[in-house]
Amino acid sequence: MTEVTVTVDGVKYVDNVEPRLLLVHYLREVVGKTGTPIGCDTSNCGACTVLMNGESVKSCSVLAVQADGADITTIQGLANGDLHPIQQAFHELHALQCGYCTPGMIIAASDLLRENPHPSDEEIREGLEGNLCRCTGYENIVRAVRRAAETGVSS
Amino acid sequence: MTAQTDETQEAKAPEFGKARLRKEDERLITGQTNWTDNIQLPGMLHIAFLRSPFAHARITSVDVSAARNEPGVVAAYSGADFAAEQGSLPCAWPVTPDIVIPAHPPMATDEVRYVGEAVACVVARDRYAAADALAAIEVDYEELPPVLDIRTALDEDSPQVHEAGNKSFEWVFANGDMDAAIRDAPIVIERTYRQQRLIPAAMEPRAVVCSCVGGEFTLWSATQIPHVLRLMLALVTGIPEQNIRVIAPDVGGGFGSKLQVTAEEVLAVLMARKLGRPVKWTESRSEGNMTTHHGRDQWQRIRLAADSDGRIRGLDVDLLADMGAYLMLVTPGVPLLGAFMFPAIYKMDAYAFKCTGIFTTKMPTDAYRGAGRPEATFAIERIMDELAAHLGVDPLTVRERNWIKHEEFPFTTIAGLTYDSGNYEAATAKAKELFDYDGLRAEQEQRRASNDPVQLGIGISTFTEMCGLAPSRVLGSLAYGAGGWEQASIRMLPTGKVEVVTGSSAHGQGHETAWSQIVADQLGVAFEDIRVLHGDTQVSPKGMDTYGSRSLAVGGMALVSACDKVIEKAKVIAAGLLEASAGDLEWSPGRFAVRGDPDKGVTIAEIALATFAAHNLPDGVEPSIDADATYDPDNFSFPHGTHLCATEIDTETGFVKIRSYVCVDDIGTVVNPLIVEGQVHGGLAQGIAQALYEEAVYDDAGNLVTSTLADYLVPSASDLPSYVTDRTESRAANRLGVKGVGEAGTIASTPAVVNAIVDALRPLGIQDVTMPCTPERVWRAIQDARGTDQASAAELHAARQSDQTQGNSPQGSDMPDQTGGAA
Repeated sequence: MTEVTVTVDGVKYVDNVEPRLLLVHYLREVVGKTGTPIGCDTSNCGACTVLMNGESVKSCSVLAVQADGADITTIQGLANGDLHPIQQAFHELHALQCGYCTPGMIIAASDLLRENPHPSDEEIREGLEGNLCRCTGYENIVRAVRRAAETGVSS
Repeated sequence: MTAQTDETQEAKAPEFGKARLRKEDERLITGQTNWTDNIQLPGMLHIAFLRSPFAHARITSVDVSAARNEPGVVAAYSGADFAAEQGSLPCAWPVTPDIVIPAHPPMATDEVRYVGEAVACVVARDRYAAADALAAIEVDYEELPPVLDIRTALDEDSPQVHEAGNKSFEWVFANGDMDAAIRDAPIVIERTYRQQRLIPAAMEPRAVVCSCVGGEFTLWSATQIPHVLRLMLALVTGIPEQNIRVIAPDVGGGFGSKLQVTAEEVLAVLMARKLGRPVKWTESRSEGNMTTHHGRDQWQRIRLAADSDGRIRGLDVDLLADMGAYLMLVTPGVPLLGAFMFPAIYKMDAYAFKCTGIFTTKMPTDAYRGAGRPEATFAIERIMDELAAHLGVDPLTVRERNWIKHEEFPFTTIAGLTYDSGNYEAATAKAKELFDYDGLRAEQEQRRASNDPVQLGIGISTFTEMCGLAPSRVLGSLAYGAGGWEQASIRMLPTGKVEVVTGSSAHGQGHETAWSQIVADQLGVAFEDIRVLHGDTQVSPKGMDTYGSRSLAVGGMALVSACDKVIEKAKVIAAGLLEASAGDLEWSPGRFAVRGDPDKGVTIAEIALATFAAHNLPDGVEPSIDADATYDPDNFSFPHGTHLCATEIDTETGFVKIRSYVCVDDIGTVVNPLIVEGQVHGGLAQGIAQALYEEAVYDDAGNLVTSTLADYLVPSASDLPSYVTDRTESRAANRLGVKGVGEAGTIASTPAVVNAIVDALRPLGIQDVTMPCTPERVWRAIQDARGTDQASAAELHAARQSDQTQGNSPQGSDMPDQTGGAA
């Protein structure tokens, strides 16, 4: 077992973990942050995307021990009080149906807009190609990310 | 409709047609969702399954004893440990009296018949320990030959999947004189189409949690069918039904894949009972690709007889359908749902359908979005294009020549269905305009003339489907094991708020929102004052659940019936409160008033409170205005639409790009246009995915090659186009006028895309590209057609020889007679 110190959504946690424990399992089962779901085991679907020190990572592809000292933001810590503009845009433009991909999609979109605050639709589609959605056909996701970009994510 | 009527309508039903934002969203966008895998119970153990690495093998021994000594392991079991109690997984649709339904033990005991079938399991304190200990289980197998191709599975020398043979059933339907149609028609076109095997791939993997306390079981499952599951668990395990509670918490998509009673659900129940502790199992994606049921997988031989002006005389369909290794919940019924849809929107004199259900050593197939109807729609819409090409007319022209005209509704089709409403002319006209059909045809001509390396294709799909499953007596006549009704309850709370209990079980469809809109209009209460409860057999004890685009057309109508009863009961109490005769009261949404004295009235909220207090109710009136209703539809509903797809094909690389996609759907009236548009988008994506990307591939040994999302190509945002969607509206015959939209996009879009690909390549002599139309397949088709690869060209030539489009005696096809004609 290895001791790790990880800040998750603004709270510092110190835990002893198996070196092989995946970050996503650490978040879900040790810290109890079940807002981050698991959709695959080959890092293709992106459902488990979180921010690690401000950049998006698929938390199934990171070991908890690699996150030692890191600052993790999950969907449960993205907003301060009210909804984050991307969350708001997903709601307003019906960019989710079952909602299983949504946490990862929103986190990935936030990283996309951090890097490129005014993406074209094509850049949005390419920027989110690591996140799979089976319900929406992506049309409304693209619209929502565009809306969030227009309304200003950093606001 | 005049403006004044519109306003009246608006006043009576202010919520109907409103793009309400979804009530479901808040918990989903903030990560507060209650997925099954999120559930943690005190003392809960984790299950891991050991699965067969062979497609077909005899199990000679299983030894789990070493696994029991691994760290963290609480128990380990083989099939023998469950043999006395595990029963057989159910098939609820024995489509013919002589159907072969092999025993399907949840855990294999003596033989495995597909890669991934469970042979043993470990129960441990955490999921890592459970997975680790699987390595300590010893299983000896004696390999048996796999059966992988339904076209040869009925050959005499084929290995057998089951002792009873590889044929499960043969189901036939015929109406009209098919022999005469084929004999007399100047044009007979025969084609064989492949419906590849697909993996539904809902984003939430299957998961199940079960606890057993004092003989009472609670099962949480990522299921579409909590009510059906409860009944089936009782029948399979013998546990009394009243001692089982099934909860479908938030469920992350289904698309038919969670319309199932699975081995893992049954085994979780048995293990919770054995251990006296709660257990959880969550599949990994690669486990799920192997062992969550698959969809489609048919070979379709279709013959179309037509007059020289293109009028259809007859349609003859011969299907081979891959059941996989066992019959699961509705496996054999899936092709039957297609049987009635091959004639689609067209009039004809004769129709004959035959389907042979065949076993293979692969994962069983079952419902996947559209279930039988996409397959049928694909075949008829593809061959309509072939007819148009044969006649040298526009594919829309040949469709128009044959379709049911709007003034002919209601219309009973050759398949015996009565279509209540529709307007194919209106949907097509609107789609053509949005698509710039004539402009694109002109551009196509230019590109052909200039020999542009990027060719343009235009694909058409004027689809219809049957949904709103289903009138119970029709299901009975088709030998389905249950009815097709739906249940709703309205509970009027003392504060004037409303609880709506529905037997529908949403998993992304937005019922909490749409149901609130319907009830708000019926009862005249605020949208925000309504809470919709579902997905828990203790809260919603009766239901038929969600599949087959049935929830609104059946479950929505159940809401209306229940509201009617509430209003009827409230009227008696209102009469007492107003000291008036019930006959003198008039209901306008939310309020009873005395006729001729509109100021003298009482609101539904006031009635609810007075009923709760029950101080002054009329004699003999029960103190409740709550009501239950069970609605059984009279008919299916029949959404339709015209979908137009433009593809650009790079003839040098075979790459297909969807340049534009326009669909105009008629799904009847619309409760919430935002939700409807989302359903259409998602449906289109899955249909396009079948056309271009997805296929479950097994190798020659029966291993699933596409076992991960790296190999099975669920498309991403960058793989899919933007869509133009619009609607026309003809009311369904039910009171709400609704038809259903869950599957329309998937059913319609696959043939639209493939027709567009073939249309682009037809000048090269190409008549078909097998799905998924990958760049490689398109490129090879082009190379073969151009004759640059002599060997391939010769093969292609041979194939074409056997697939003539002319004459009255079509040759065979690549679907061998001995299988297609086996009887």
